[in-house]
Amino acid sequence: MSGQTVPADFSGHMLDLDEDEDLEVFSKNTSLADGSPMPNSPSSMVNQYRLEEDEEEEQQQDADTKDIFITVDNPESHVTAIETFIMYRVLTKTTRSEFDSSEYEVRRRYQDFLWLRSRLEENHPTLIVHPLPEKFVMKGMVERFNDDFIETRRKALHRFLNKISEHPILSYSQHFKVFLTAQELTSHKKQGPGFLSRMGETVRAVANSVRGLRNRPEEFTLMQEYVEDFSNKICSVDKVTQRIIKEQREYLDELKQYGPTYTQWAGSEEDLAEPLKGVARCVEGCSKETEEQIQHLSEVLVPALHEYVLCAETLKAVMRRRDNIQAEFEAKNEALASRKPENQEALQEEVDGLADRVELANNALKGDWSRWQKGMRTDLKSAFISTAEKNVDYYEKCLAVWESFLLSQRVEPSEQRDGEDVS
Amino acid sequence: MDAVAEGRNPAPDSLWRRYSEFELLRSYLVVTYPYIVVPPLPEKRAEFVWHKLSADNMDPDFVERRRVGLENFLLRVASHPVLSNDKILYHFLTEEHGWKEVVYETGFQAKADSRLRALSATFRVRNTDKRFMDMKHYSDELQSHTSQLLRARARVADRLYGVFKVHGNYGRVFSEWSAIEKEMGDGLQSAGHHMDAYAASIDDILEEEEHYADQLKEYLFYAEALRAVCRKHELTQFELEMASQDLISKKQQREELATGCERFSFKGMTNKLFGQEAPEQREARLKLLEELIAEGEEAVKEKTVECEEHVERAWVDMQRFEEQKDKDLREALINYAVMQISMCKKGIQVWSNAKECFLKM
Repeated sequence: MSGQTVPADFSGHMLDLDEDEDLEVFSKNTSLADGSPMPNSPSSMVNQYRLEEDEEEEQQQDADTKDIFITVDNPESHVTAIETFIMYRVLTKTTRSEFDSSEYEVRRRYQDFLWLRSRLEENHPTLIVHPLPEKFVMKGMVERFNDDFIETRRKALHRFLNKISEHPILSYSQHFKVFLTAQELTSHKKQGPGFLSRMGETVRAVANSVRGLRNRPEEFTLMQEYVEDFSNKICSVDKVTQRIIKEQREYLDELKQYGPTYTQWAGSEEDLAEPLKGVARCVEGCSKETEEQIQHLSEVLVPALHEYVLCAETLKAVMRRRDNIQAEFEAKNEALASRKPENQEALQEEVDGLADRVELANNALKGDWSRWQKGMRTDLKSAFISTAEKNVDYYEKCLAVWESFLLSQRVEPSEQRDGEDVS
Repeated sequence: MDAVAEGRNPAPDSLWRRYSEFELLRSYLVVTYPYIVVPPLPEKRAEFVWHKLSADNMDPDFVERRRVGLENFLLRVASHPVLSNDKILYHFLTEEHGWKEVVYETGFQAKADSRLRALSATFRVRNTDKRFMDMKHYSDELQSHTSQLLRARARVADRLYGVFKVHGNYGRVFSEWSAIEKEMGDGLQSAGHHMDAYAASIDDILEEEEHYADQLKEYLFYAEALRAVCRKHELTQFELEMASQDLISKKQQREELATGCERFSFKGMTNKLFGQEAPEQREARLKLLEELIAEGEEAVKEKTVECEEHVERAWVDMQRFEEQKDKDLREALINYAVMQISMCKKGIQVWSNAKECFLKM
């Protein structure tokens, strides 16, 4: 196993994360100091704001009883004859009885995460499985990764696993356990429904959707409408945020040119030099704060919004799958009805099975839906609050800079006079 | 200040006439007091505009700012130790009819130095007062630095405008989003309103900043006035040098004529070609030369006085100007800081409010 660290210099292959819509940028403030896992569930963040509603209490309890902690870190470049890819370290600490040990360390690549997620979706078609960061779309470049991209992806993968671990059903999936514990994943990957059977499912799904649904329960129609609207809105908020960052960056560029004009002027002045330099320093100070503010937006709000843009797509897929399950049942049910009673028995069992499947799917979705909504509300709420707080902080710091300048100007005149007396 | 108020009748036509009268007044002052750093007029046309601000000269905000600038000009002139005593100024302020005729009667336009002469002097003058040369150099610096600053500031204002206005989009989207949410709805909706307020606040902020820009512009234009005084020095010095040179050459001619050996002159050549001139003719020429020399000596005396007086008086006024400039610009910088602080306070307010709304989500 190659232990190469990721080379720092990928110059010439810079990703333009701003413009590439296929890339999303994930992160939550999950800085890992010594590698020990940091519980980072939405509920632990809710704790910070001391809300007293019942539903939040329920999530608080989850936080207190959290029995599995996962971190994703230490990306390393892995080179084979065929390809180069990044391996991430996945560290698990748990007290759950299903796990033989209390600590596991494995190395996983992005493909492995994809495998896990598709398995989870297969086994639980109407549960809302948290999305993964998107694959990097190569813009005709050979070397794919720079440090920023790897770091953002790492944070997103970390978040993904934690979201799964908090899910009451998904976190007990066998595949999840295998993912976290098995040293070699390849053998496990080969099991399960093959490529062809998955193709078959897709074909059936398409056929069903062409048929159309007879009567979708009202609540799912409402859900569908909500998902459509939510998707639009969250995309808009995301776009506005991107635009703000763009404008802020351009503002920062101009600020950086503006400050020096005061310094240059000070060069040809005597008494005026001091206040001019003072203003230059203030502008410089505000530039630094602006830089920090932009960084905060990029690291907190943008990833959170992106995450939910992807979630919206996940939701649409879930709704489609639920519809397909219902459609399949309806199709078989109709076929059953058109058969002569003598021939019905064999088919009846199948139809009953499908009916059960529909009910299970619907219930699963219903349960997960309210859970997802709470999660969305918490996550986005905290991201917005954090942004507002940072903006207040930004203005407070700029205020302090200018006020200290004013203060210096109030003191100076008398000092100047003293200086003149002395000379 | 009645003159200003009367000039500010609604019809833009009357304003334009008035501006040209201010220009006339200033031209008169510049010619009549070439040793004074004459206060500049506000700009006739809007310059250094950031793109959202109207570059339209009829824009009410611009008109108002120019009016303030004209008022400021009069204040400066009326409080100047030398200029305030001027009769023409008095006539201008008391709005007597026929003010223009009075100005023209002074014949100041004839006294104006031709640009060509002035330029020629700049290149050919030999001994200039170092202080004036330093001041001239400084005026170039002042002009270059203030215009750079103004340009950069306008670009910053432009960008800042963009940042604020984009936040207005949050207002719209949050409002739409709140319609499909239950618990989050109210928080989102009210946060959206604050985003709208934030976006709207930039207009007043930048309008105020224009006043700061105007203060800087005044000194940008002052640089030209300062340079004019220095050029006048160059010109008077040059004219003195010319007059001295002329006197010397005339004296030399007399010398040659008296001793009978004109070295290289037209007369000398014609003598050789056509024979010596008659003694009467020589006498006549000598007499003429003596008269010219006497005139020349007077001219040199006059020019010397003119030059020395200019240096003395100009130096006084340049000192006064420097003190005024330091004081005014320091105040302007302080006011700018106050504006920035006010903007920061508004920002704190808006985002604190927004945070409260988000907490309710």
